[in-house]
Amino acid sequence: MTNKGTSVVVVGGGVTGLSTAWWLARSGVDVTVLEKGIVGFEASGRNGGGCTHYQSPLFHEEQRLWPQMDELLGYPTEYRRERIVFQVDERKANFADGLSMRIPAGYEWEVLDGRQVRERVPLAGDNAVCGVHLHFGGHANPQRTSQAYAWAARDLGVAIHQHVAVSGFETAGGRVVGVETSAGRFGCDALVIAAGPQTGKLSAMLGNPVPMAAARAEMIVTEPLPLMPTGGVDGNGLYGRQTLRGNLAYGGGPHEWYDDTPLDRPPPRPSGSVLRGLSRRLADLLPRAAHARVIRSWAGVIENTPDGRPVIERLTAPDNVTVATMSSVGFGLSPASGHAIRDLVLDGVCSFADLSKLSSARFKELSGDWRRDLNWLPPQPVMPDAGASL
Amino acid sequence: MTRPETRLILPAPDRHSIAGKTGAPDEHAELVIIGAGPAGCAAATEAARAGVQVVLIDENPVSPGLIGMDVPFHFGGRATGAVQTPERLVEHVLESNPALAEAFELGVDVRLSTSAWGAWVNGPGMRSLATGVIGLADETRSWTLGFDRLILATGARDLNLSFAGSDQPGVMGAQALHALLVRYDAFAGRRLVILGSGDLAIATAELARSRGLDVVALVEARDTPAGDDARLAALAGQGVEIITGHVPLAAEGGTDGVTGLVLVETQAPGRRRALACDTVCLAIGAVPVIELFDVLGAARAMIPERGGHVPVVDAHGATSLGHVFAAGDCTGLGGDAAAAGLSAARAALASLGRPAEAPEAISRPAGPDALAYPLDWTRALLATGGPDVMVCLCEEVTRGELLAVQPPRYLGWSSNAIARRNLATLAQDGPLDQDQIKRLTRACMGACQARRCREQVALTMALGAEVPATSIPLAGYRAPVRPLPLAVLADADETADMTENWNVWFGIVTQWISYDDIGTAREDEQIRAGMPY
Repeated sequence: MTNKGTSVVVVGGGVTGLSTAWWLARSGVDVTVLEKGIVGFEASGRNGGGCTHYQSPLFHEEQRLWPQMDELLGYPTEYRRERIVFQVDERKANFADGLSMRIPAGYEWEVLDGRQVRERVPLAGDNAVCGVHLHFGGHANPQRTSQAYAWAARDLGVAIHQHVAVSGFETAGGRVVGVETSAGRFGCDALVIAAGPQTGKLSAMLGNPVPMAAARAEMIVTEPLPLMPTGGVDGNGLYGRQTLRGNLAYGGGPHEWYDDTPLDRPPPRPSGSVLRGLSRRLADLLPRAAHARVIRSWAGVIENTPDGRPVIERLTAPDNVTVATMSSVGFGLSPASGHAIRDLVLDGVCSFADLSKLSSARFKELSGDWRRDLNWLPPQPVMPDAGASL
Repeated sequence: MTRPETRLILPAPDRHSIAGKTGAPDEHAELVIIGAGPAGCAAATEAARAGVQVVLIDENPVSPGLIGMDVPFHFGGRATGAVQTPERLVEHVLESNPALAEAFELGVDVRLSTSAWGAWVNGPGMRSLATGVIGLADETRSWTLGFDRLILATGARDLNLSFAGSDQPGVMGAQALHALLVRYDAFAGRRLVILGSGDLAIATAELARSRGLDVVALVEARDTPAGDDARLAALAGQGVEIITGHVPLAAEGGTDGVTGLVLVETQAPGRRRALACDTVCLAIGAVPVIELFDVLGAARAMIPERGGHVPVVDAHGATSLGHVFAAGDCTGLGGDAAAAGLSAARAALASLGRPAEAPEAISRPAGPDALAYPLDWTRALLATGGPDVMVCLCEEVTRGELLAVQPPRYLGWSSNAIARRNLATLAQDGPLDQDQIKRLTRACMGACQARRCREQVALTMALGAEVPATSIPLAGYRAPVRPLPLAVLADADETADMTENWNVWFGIVTQWISYDDIGTAREDEQIRAGMPY
């Protein structure tokens, strides 16, 4: 495919779709992004901001790119290097063993005892048992980064249409040639579907269902506290960070499965189910912050595939379509996932990592009852809905 | 390369979801009413007379810590030391509110100094509740209260507009002044300048004068006063100057806060005059307190003549949520709050299947456009005070930074790219959204939970992007709607299922297998080892 004059439509204005658009535009491709709401307003802007995903085939590229992203994008991401994970439960004293079998060679990290944790994490307390200090990875601001991608993409000529819902695709000769939307038809030479929880449904319209289920997860935020030397601190069943402003932003705990999410509007995302559980665990993790006031909570809706692993693949039919779901771990990997998808769209193969195990083909024998089998169903209501209907 | 045969390994059935992990509320009531103003007290009294078990929640007297943070009103550091001992204020709160005393006499379970920081009912996205639930807190702990029916009577709060020096003690809101004078008898000021000349400003001036305070002037941004001529004339006759066509340029002050206010003529910004005062009271407008409606997911609408964003209610106060009713100023400013409370109570009783008189339809009077007036004020303040005035005090965001959609100052970021972006270019990208602007500029992201800046930021956005103020969507409210310490919110009694099956993320063991190990013996080893942490 020659780049000049090629038009790619990206469905989904989250970090994966926006990064893809930005990478494609850097290669001179004419790109249009269609977003049902506001860019980065769903899970892309509602997460812990972690950039440390050593399980992923995109890990090395993630680590290579993050330190450069502010400069490459021209807008701030608030990226900061390093992470400290520590525990306050004696039963987790050996948790570093679980990491040693997973962290790839060539990345520096050290095991900390309780005293070392307290030295490096001023808000930690006497209850700190053990920890690890990763001298790689890091964290960024999801909301600022989402907008940075969007602005950087626009600077390269990408058209981003917000509040536009996709309703179908037009195919001809085994290829997708147009996208039908609430704002009319958009023609295309190639299509990328990176629409979070809606990806499976949209891909199914093209005869390629990708099994996934959506769920709601929550985070809390405190008022600002003095900055710790390393903001990327978590543990005790929590993920999160101290923001550069000083707020503690942490999530974790039970999620709530959804039946479905709509294609044309944001999903409902109430918060409060685990707010007190998060508060308790954060006060335990960082006892010197127990006085800090919680000023917000929020929820995000994210999708998972049945094995929790991404699907990133260029379809064989229609052969000009690339489908991507990051399976609930998309923000931190977004610099690399956009690069990978750009490669699949333009070259048919990722230039920097093997992605063959992320094909949706692995699900071809999946039971039709997989959500029931995995217990991935919404709670059985104990009382009738008193709330508004969807 | 050839594609390896991919062997699908699925995780164990999910035991980490919310299903079954939400405990029963710590206590339960047939009817919970939030807010013990005229609407809430009337509702509580009516329901108690019908034999219903009623819990009436009110956050007054508010803890000194919250008063210091301008929660729930803009107290502006003008409370006396009396607020340091809220327990001593209880008597005064009861004395000043005979309806509350009556509810108490009738057996209503009245909870004072208790914050309602959240409210939930089963609905889309939250289907695990066995009952409607309120999150409550006092200074030391939080707990939950289940309800069959809920009436929100949360009133109104202050609308704040800023000017140079307005972050110092002595600049406050009309609701806060009313609370300190009437409910607490704990106002520290003596000599006031009141901003605004509408009904709220006039009532504030009349109240202050009735308490023996010196009211120097009413200041009006428009060229003509907004309120009733006769009442204004009466105030003028008592020596209160009515100054039109002026807005504050700066509050002057010292260690004890405001000592004077410099006004500027809106049509001739070079012409200034100074007024000596110790308090500047913002009485430009009030804002319906809709926080809990938004947390609950109740339908709402933008109705300028009812005060802006308000819940959708029927003639009896029923909201879009079957078990939730509303009455008083929180449904829109003005009208007979006690009558609305009575009507909401009867509607709630009927929905409980209790015998009740038929609720009367409440007429909700259309007032003047509640957005147009503060918008004129905001425009005049912006034109005269310039871009360097703080629009968000907690996060120290100036008007200019908001208009330019500047990243927060602590990032020290500047680039040509960012310089090309502003509210107007964002508006071209798609309709402006205040939550988006919050995230980019941090305006409204602070510890006061945007009580001091939410409306001002929305109005400034409208001016900056030249779009109608009614087009700016509400910046959403989320629990906790009061800023409460982690240690207070911490759940001491969470269910065993929650404790045992809490996971940092979804607990999908296959998700965390290193990619290179997928399909190898090392995959089995990692699955046996379980989640990494």
